[in-house]
Amino acid sequence: MTTSEPVLEIRNLNVDYGLGPQAVHAVRDVSLTLHRGEVLGLAGESGSGKSTLAYGMTRLLAPPGAISGGSVIYHPADGEPYDVLSLSDNDLRGFRWAETAIVFQGAMNSLNPVHKISTQLNDVLQAHDPKMSAHARNARCREMLKLVGISPDRMEAYPHQLSGGMRQRVMIGMALILQPQVVIMDEPTTALDVVMQRQILGQLIELRERLGFSVIFITHDLSLLVEFSDRIAIMYGGRIVEEAPATALYKDSLHPYSEGLLGSFPALRGPRRELAGIPGSPPDLKAMPTGCSFHPRCPKAFDPCAETIPALGHPDTPDGGTRSVACWLHPVREPVG
Amino acid sequence: MKYLLQRIAFYVFTAWAAITLNFFIPRMVPGDPVQSLITKFQGQMSTQAINSLYVLFGLDNDKGIWGQYLDYWKQLFHGDLGLSFTFFPTPVSEVISGSIAWTLALVGITTVISFFLGTGLGVLAGWRRGSWTDGLLPVTTFLSSVPYFWLGLIAIYLLTGPGSFFPSSGGFTPGLVPAWDQYFIPSAIKHSLLPAATILISSVSGWILSMRNMMVTVASEDYITVAHAKGLSDRRVALSYAARNALLPNVSGFALSLGFIVGGTLLVEIVFSYPGLGFQLFLALGAKDYPLMQGIFLVITISVLVANLLADIAYLLLDPRTRKEG
Repeated sequence: MTTSEPVLEIRNLNVDYGLGPQAVHAVRDVSLTLHRGEVLGLAGESGSGKSTLAYGMTRLLAPPGAISGGSVIYHPADGEPYDVLSLSDNDLRGFRWAETAIVFQGAMNSLNPVHKISTQLNDVLQAHDPKMSAHARNARCREMLKLVGISPDRMEAYPHQLSGGMRQRVMIGMALILQPQVVIMDEPTTALDVVMQRQILGQLIELRERLGFSVIFITHDLSLLVEFSDRIAIMYGGRIVEEAPATALYKDSLHPYSEGLLGSFPALRGPRRELAGIPGSPPDLKAMPTGCSFHPRCPKAFDPCAETIPALGHPDTPDGGTRSVACWLHPVREPVG
Repeated sequence: MKYLLQRIAFYVFTAWAAITLNFFIPRMVPGDPVQSLITKFQGQMSTQAINSLYVLFGLDNDKGIWGQYLDYWKQLFHGDLGLSFTFFPTPVSEVISGSIAWTLALVGITTVISFFLGTGLGVLAGWRRGSWTDGLLPVTTFLSSVPYFWLGLIAIYLLTGPGSFFPSSGGFTPGLVPAWDQYFIPSAIKHSLLPAATILISSVSGWILSMRNMMVTVASEDYITVAHAKGLSDRRVALSYAARNALLPNVSGFALSLGFIVGGTLLVEIVFSYPGLGFQLFLALGAKDYPLMQGIFLVITISVLVANLLADIAYLLLDPRTRKEG
């Protein structure tokens, strides 16, 4: 499924909350490439900037959030790539959902409680293709519900008449209704029970194989990512600290923070191992430590860590071409971004 | 449907309780209407006439309080609210129907205008939060805290007087006969402008504030972000998603304020000597006119209850979550 052709390239993206000297830098200099047909996992603790990154690259940040630099290059299926951040308001409306759809964190609150499911599915179609007939729209909505395993006669139901899992399925169906190339999933299953999580993600992966979209999957649940994604990027303090194919990251993570994350949940398969948390707490974005922002909590910190920020780059390992890390422990062969 | 029936049953019970209280309260107030009527006729009444007045008002001593209570209900069902003392011998129902039209026209229309204007401005102010509309807020807060009878007094003081366009009191120029003609209607409109303006100015701010605050609350809901992410136009997100949901509390507030149209503007009518129901109640209180007071209280009570029922129904229609069945 995965090709090396990029579909979304984030370059040196910076997102701040607030303006001027008091601004909090929530996303710092992030570069990330999503390839066609790939599931890219984005993991990190709360407050590491995962969701801000997702909102930033789709320009959905609510004030006082603001993009302070960088570009997000989108490669349409046919035609020239363009920068999402410089689209006009009108073009941006056309771009949203048709090219990049999002499934949000709150499964419970993503649907407007006073409108029927059919209304909320319909208005996407109506906004993006005003010429589409009511009959065709209706048929398309029913098709999408069927696709995500919901009986089409639930069309006329209100959100409160559906269970949490059903609502999130409706959201996934809604996200796919315009056949976007990129689907961003911002902790899509946090509010659901474990069984439902697996069911929905399994279904999503199956749909991806059928429809061929790419997924950015944001979660703090690294175990889910290891299972479902092709590549994983780990964020800490607003930066990407490591990025690698899922299996490589799971088996042999380079950054001590990734190691810490992997050590803090039980393995699903394989021998039993000791669980360990990461000591300390996430950094205060207003007062970031100097140098590597992880060094105060890092068990392997040494001299340069407190002084200079390590750059993200391909490490000097046999598989260094496919992964990158930002850590002084791993000399960088060539920088990324 | 079951929910609606429950509500209706509740309101019927409340109406019964209110009517019963309405019967007992005037009878517990010290003083006697017949005595005040005798005073009015300066004692020039025969004993026979006084006795027949007691019978006429249902205050004859032969009947106990329960007998009177039952009679009261019987009369109510016939639409008979008794005879007014002040406008003796006009029936109360006639006095009320004569003045209620004034109140409904003045306060009813201003309440509706105020609601739509205030809600519309509130939507705008909430959606364009952080723009110039925020400058409106201190003004609206100030205006909503000004009691409207005071605003009325100021308006009378500043805008009326000899040679002024605005009349200071009354519902129409004295001497005109109420009719749908070219003399009476312009006069009535002219007389209603100042009271209407004072009610509007002091009540519209409340709608603006509550709608704006609800808009701001709703704007941070997830489904608003989703609506933006779906690429819907700003207008559609603002109206169909944000305003539609923010409207709910305002609608029930509106239904309640409809109930207070009848009784809630007593002070404005007194200040402007406007011939509406509130002014009538004021006169009735002064004249110890029990039947008229009871009648007006009854009308107020019933209109508040009906408004509450309307609020319930509006909520059922607007918010699917309140519909239990399905």
